[in-house]
Amino acid sequence: MSIAIAKPELAPRSPTMIVIVRLFQSRSFLIGAALVLAIALVAVFADVLSPYDPLRNSFRTRLRPPDSTFWFGTDHFGRDILSRVIHGARISLVIGLMTALLTGIAGTMIGAVAGFFPTLDNPIMRLMDALMAFPAIVLAIAVAAVLGASVVNVIIALSIATTPHTARIVRASVLVVREREFIEAARALGASDLRVLCRHVMPNAFGPLIVRLTYVFATAILAEAALSFIGVGPPPPAPSFGSIIAQGRDFITEAPWITIFPGLAIIVSVLGLNLLGDGLRDVLDPRMRT
Amino acid sequence: MSGDMQRPILSVQGLTTVLARSGATILEDISFSLTPGEVLGVVGESGSGKSMLALSIMGLLPNVVRRSRGIVSLDGDELTAQSPDHWREKRGRDLAMIFQEPMTALNPVMRVGNQIAEVLRRRRGLSGYEASKEALNLLRLVEIPSPEKRISAYPYELSGGMRQRVMIAIALAADPKVLIADEPTTALDVTVQAQILDLLRKLRRDRGLSLLFITHDLGVIAEIADRVMVLYAGRVAEIAPVRSIFDDPQHPYTQALLASIPDMKGPRGRLVTIEGSVPAIGGMLEACRFSPRCPFRRDICEWERPHLGVVSGQQAAACFRPFGYEQPLEAVI
Amino acid sequence: MSRFLVKRLAGAFVVLVLVSLMSFAIIWLVPGDPTAAFLDTSATPDQVARLRQQLGLDRPIAMQMLDWYARIVQGDLGHSILLNRSVTAAILERLPVTLSLAGLALAFALVMGVLAGIVAAVHHNRWPDQLVMSLALFGLSVPDFWLGIMLILLFAVKLGLFPTGGYVPFSEDPFGWAGTIIMPALTLAIIQVGFVARMTRASMLEILNQDFIRTADAKGLKRAEIMLRHGLPNALIPILTVGGIVAGALLGGAVIIEQVYSIPGVGRLIIGGILSRDYPVIQGGLLFLAVIYLTVNLVVDILYAVADPRVRLE
Repeated sequence: MSIAIAKPELAPRSPTMIVIVRLFQSRSFLIGAALVLAIALVAVFADVLSPYDPLRNSFRTRLRPPDSTFWFGTDHFGRDILSRVIHGARISLVIGLMTALLTGIAGTMIGAVAGFFPTLDNPIMRLMDALMAFPAIVLAIAVAAVLGASVVNVIIALSIATTPHTARIVRASVLVVREREFIEAARALGASDLRVLCRHVMPNAFGPLIVRLTYVFATAILAEAALSFIGVGPPPPAPSFGSIIAQGRDFITEAPWITIFPGLAIIVSVLGLNLLGDGLRDVLDPRMRT
Repeated sequence: MSGDMQRPILSVQGLTTVLARSGATILEDISFSLTPGEVLGVVGESGSGKSMLALSIMGLLPNVVRRSRGIVSLDGDELTAQSPDHWREKRGRDLAMIFQEPMTALNPVMRVGNQIAEVLRRRRGLSGYEASKEALNLLRLVEIPSPEKRISAYPYELSGGMRQRVMIAIALAADPKVLIADEPTTALDVTVQAQILDLLRKLRRDRGLSLLFITHDLGVIAEIADRVMVLYAGRVAEIAPVRSIFDDPQHPYTQALLASIPDMKGPRGRLVTIEGSVPAIGGMLEACRFSPRCPFRRDICEWERPHLGVVSGQQAAACFRPFGYEQPLEAVI
Repeated sequence: MSRFLVKRLAGAFVVLVLVSLMSFAIIWLVPGDPTAAFLDTSATPDQVARLRQQLGLDRPIAMQMLDWYARIVQGDLGHSILLNRSVTAAILERLPVTLSLAGLALAFALVMGVLAGIVAAVHHNRWPDQLVMSLALFGLSVPDFWLGIMLILLFAVKLGLFPTGGYVPFSEDPFGWAGTIIMPALTLAIIQVGFVARMTRASMLEILNQDFIRTADAKGLKRAEIMLRHGLPNALIPILTVGGIVAGALLGGAVIIEQVYSIPGVGRLIIGGILSRDYPVIQGGLLFLAVIYLTVNLVVDILYAVADPRVRLE
């Protein structure tokens, strides 16, 4: 007996394993993950990696163009731009990560409540619509300015701007799942609303949520830079990607490297996160596939 | 109806399609022909490759599927030997198709009249005015109530049955020689189903249309087909005139299919089902693919592929049983 | 259609009420006394009281709200403390600048993005697709203001093709206007082109997989006919929504880009107001931007209903 089998199919596995295998087959995910991991390692080991103290002024070395001593050049205080970018990764990533986490928590709670309790749906979502009517970046600038410049306030401001969309995504997933039979079954078996929500509904919203939060992470890094540029970002002297660019602006013609390198660092980080998000989306949220 | 001497209008020989990526076979070695005015019914369970057969003949295979072998010729014109553009020229003109889902097969943002007129303008070179006049005639032909009103309707404004009539009007617009109907009544409810079947029968009678009628429903086949081709897992199991299929089926699969039709006349007995299921693409046997589910299975069935052999007259089956478990002497192509 | 319109307008009205409430409420976020930003510690209680009165902070919150609503329904957004003039007048004076910037950018973004998206979809998974998608992803990953600075550095400073910033009104000197507006508009557009291209491509690909495209193919239509007559009209429906989102994003982007290119538009006014805690400007400016956004999206929804007959039915 001869059996024609196309390709040795892999043995059936748990859904988690399938997701992991698919992720590792996604080029976007792998490149994105590598970039993000690299930036994250730089941020974690900033003290070891940076050749100089990012805060040490030195009049003698001010506005030096990139050379073998200062790879990325120096700024008007004579500070090494490479060291500042390396340390800047820390604040920028922390702001991005914390914004994603805060948005994740707030967006999940708001979206889950709106999706799961029909009476609250309309009021909550109109409120989110109203928040979304303000250009996100302007809203973030206004909130950050009003609260006062600090890393925490930047995170709060960015989270306020990114939460409505996230809540909407969670709500949509919840709505889709809520009507399915197994939810009915769980309810019929006497499970409480909260239990149904946490055990049955939320796991199904997880895919779209994690994809969205990856993009929020990327957006937050971009927005932090814009906030710094406007002057309501994390306060000096500790560098973030955005604050280095903002400080370099006055020297753009004589010392463009101050501006160029942190900008490239932003591009690499955000590109990495966007690729990561695309890879995750293709696997976790095929509905949104582009 | 199907005179043997007549030159076939559509001829398919050795048609084999595979999944482009893995090379797994979807259709294997399909051969048949259709004479002018004939209705050939194609039956099979889902996954038997019926729809893929229709798309192969139309030259509309999806990107993931590839024709690896075989010839499709239309009225002596070997489509498979010519450019895709030539095939495109034949579509809509000599070769038309209606689809299973009238809900999704029509463009949702285009008025149905325009969707018909588009073919008339392109295929018959009619002017805009002539085309809409002719579109109206076609809507009358397919018996749509108040066609003057419907011509400017959007698909969502029509019922499923009316949409399928519009699909038929589109297919008839350029006066094709061969019409392929892929489960045209499956998505409709029973009374509408009967009306659409009546319409197709009438068109075939009045216009001499050749029809390749694909369905999983043997009841529908009995009403419309002259001959029947039974597909199983991408291969032809049996091909025979409709009477022979119902009265004297030769392939155990055909027999099982017939046994699974609930008999409305007789006493209500147990619904016969066929044990097992159609093998998945890629997991198919090289030998007889029905053998795992076959009650008459012998050793040879698991070793050897039964080729289509003529049992009697116009009836051929791909089974060893009618031949006493010998290789059929006279294999048809 | 009219029922759809009424429903949509009612929804927009509710959101508008909430938006105006939020614009007003931003002053409540201020830690401590809002007047502290204007007056230093040496201010006499009298000065503080006068400013509080000017801001309306001496009245109960309910009364402040009533005042606010009474004013905004008349189009009065308040009186700027620093500019010492009406916020409405200041915004209206700068509006043409911002609108021409955002409008031009929207045109650039939609034209380039839709074209790129169609090219990508038609050549799905081949090199034009990969090129467009890579560029799009890059566009989505660049900070807009940084891109603006780089473009100034290249085209204005190094090549001297454009001025480094500033603005010349169209009525004074059309060529000068073009010179000052094209670079900022392109900067603003480049970021959005990627988004538009991705959405157009996704939308086209989804449409091209639909049954009715196969029907069109079965009719024997030419590839280009299928794309333009059956693909694009259907794909444009979701792209309309994208246009609304992009218009909103451009509004925010314009605020930043006006800073980069020193363009005296509404954005610069609002940022100036934010940085100097000029609350009437902040409140009025936020409300104004939100109203524009809501209007654009209302228009998009109506166009949506025009483009898609199915929506009208609801």
